[in-house]
Amino acid sequence: MNPFEYQQVDEPATAVDAISRWRGSKFLAGGTNLIDLMKNTVEQPPKLIDINHIPLRGIEQTPDGGVKLGALARNSDTANHPLIRKNYPLLSQAILSGASPQLRNMATNGGNLLQRTRCPYFMDPAFSRCNKRTPGSGCSALEGFHENHAILGASDQCIATHPSDMCVALAALEAKVRVRGPKGERIIAIGDFHRLPGTTPQIDTTLMPDELIVSIDLPPSPYGSHSHYLKIRERTSYAFALVSVAAAIDVDSGWIRGARLALGGVAHKPWRVEAAEAALAGQKLSISLFEQAASRALSGARPRRDNTYKVEMAKRAIIRALTIAGGLA
Amino acid sequence: MTSKKSQKSLVELRINGETIEVAFAPHKTLLEVLREDLALTGTKHGCELGECGTCAVLVDGLPVLSCLVLGLEAEGREVTTIEGMATAAGLHPLQDAFADLGAAQCGYCSPAFLLVAKELLEVNPSPNRDEIREALSGNLCRCTGYIKIYEAVELAAARMRGEAVEPATESIYGFEV
Ligand SMILES: Cc1cc2nc3c(=O)[nH]c(=O)nc-3n(C[C@H](O)[C@H](O)[C@H](O)COP(=O)(O)OP(=O)(O)OC[C@H]3O[C@@H](n4cnc5c(N)ncnc54)[C@H](O)[C@@H]3O)c2cc1C
Ligand code: SF4
Ligand code: FES
Ligand code: FES
Repeated sequence: MNPFEYQQVDEPATAVDAISRWRGSKFLAGGTNLIDLMKNTVEQPPKLIDINHIPLRGIEQTPDGGVKLGALARNSDTANHPLIRKNYPLLSQAILSGASPQLRNMATNGGNLLQRTRCPYFMDPAFSRCNKRTPGSGCSALEGFHENHAILGASDQCIATHPSDMCVALAALEAKVRVRGPKGERIIAIGDFHRLPGTTPQIDTTLMPDELIVSIDLPPSPYGSHSHYLKIRERTSYAFALVSVAAAIDVDSGWIRGARLALGGVAHKPWRVEAAEAALAGQKLSISLFEQAASRALSGARPRRDNTYKVEMAKRAIIRALTIAGGLA
Repeated sequence: MTSKKSQKSLVELRINGETIEVAFAPHKTLLEVLREDLALTGTKHGCELGECGTCAVLVDGLPVLSCLVLGLEAEGREVTTIEGMATAAGLHPLQDAFADLGAAQCGYCSPAFLLVAKELLEVNPSPNRDEIREALSGNLCRCTGYIKIYEAVELAAARMRGEAVEPATESIYGFEV
């Protein structure tokens, strides 16, 4: 790890002030991604601003019937919170499917949103070509191993995926990210928070470098237990998703009032598929309907040499997740 | 608190119930501070990436990976390492059960398994096998195949609940047939 300065802050205003003064400095939350990347010098912040003492750990019901998740609430506390288990079981399932109990005790909700790709070329500076790490250097994954890379929304500059499970559920639940910068607070819809790589793959999100995430706000959810997070991975604990699906259906006696569908492991951001949601709305629950929705969801897929399997895998995962969410399993 | 680059800071840590003052550079992980500055080598170095769990310690009672925590972050928190698991009264029942059932072979993973299991039994004194498996799922063991570890946690839990469920003498490690 390269040497750095370290400062603890205990309120949002001080955190934002500190980060605005130090170019390249970073907030330290659970550290499970940042410290890891600092060890192999992918990240080299001159200064760490430790935000763990800011009181942003709460998980509270909001007046509209939604829930506000503090940015510094731990992933384990979030997943196990009675309000989340009861009203947003999709989110609990997604979080608990990721990492390990110890990591979830450390990882924060804000940090989870900002975790970086697990593209092996990005994570290992021994590979000189990575546009995300060193803009303009090229992309090692295009010609190299890319069996776990994106099949949707990629560019010829970067084909990395966003690794989070939690964020896939947040996309389906239409969460809002509340952030604070030097000029005050603003709200970013989860769908606008993560970016596609385009020609600037070094920028993962629309959060500004001097902005602090303060909370993730969940609107009231009509889906409850008619939801399912399905994660397909190489081993049952401790592995990132090859493909994952967050499915939520608002059902009324066999008919679908509305549905939400988001995919993980397939794109540079949690991939919400509104076309498939539209295909489900107003229809009667059935497996053949789910098959149509799955085809629609993957219609724009552009797999590469090693990851064509993901297209069929994602379709089957969608059908399976919808079948479980709809209670037809 | 604030610290300058490469300059050591003098920090007060609470380790195994004792308050210790120690000076270290800001970029040292808690794992490095424990092993290198405090000579508490019971906590093991593994992958350094959060993947193996062998560096787990309890911070404010919760299992975390000391390879991904800065030493500075531990200031003001209660850290428990394997060295703090036995008391004046003797070994912790989990340590006894691990020894009795041979739940350790090379033993490299044991400190972390013991601490993680300790926290589990504090929260849930009667975990079922799935709950034990889940709680320990972040810890890798390359020797035992895990079954003996699960059995040892079950034995310790039963003993701690005061149940008379001693294993057959032949399965106690070191028993001579
Ligand atoms: C071995 C391993 C396995 C894993 N498996 C999975 C998995 O299966 N599924 C999954 O989803 N995740 C997995 N993870 C990733 C884990 O969930 C993330 O590392 C974690 O959520 C990051 O949160 P953190 O609080 O530790 O972030 P940190 O490492 O502290 O920070 C990450 C980034 O976010 C920034 N940041 C943090 N908080 C804020 C804030 N409030 N405002 C602004 N910026 C902020 C930091 O500056 C940093 O750039 C795994 C991690 C490891 C190490
Ligand atoms: S896919 Fe993206 S992160 Fe991976 S090597 Fe290419 S540019 Fe880097
Ligand atoms: S050394 Fe910390 S998890 Fe492997
Ligand atoms: S006993 Fe050797 S790694 Fe577990």
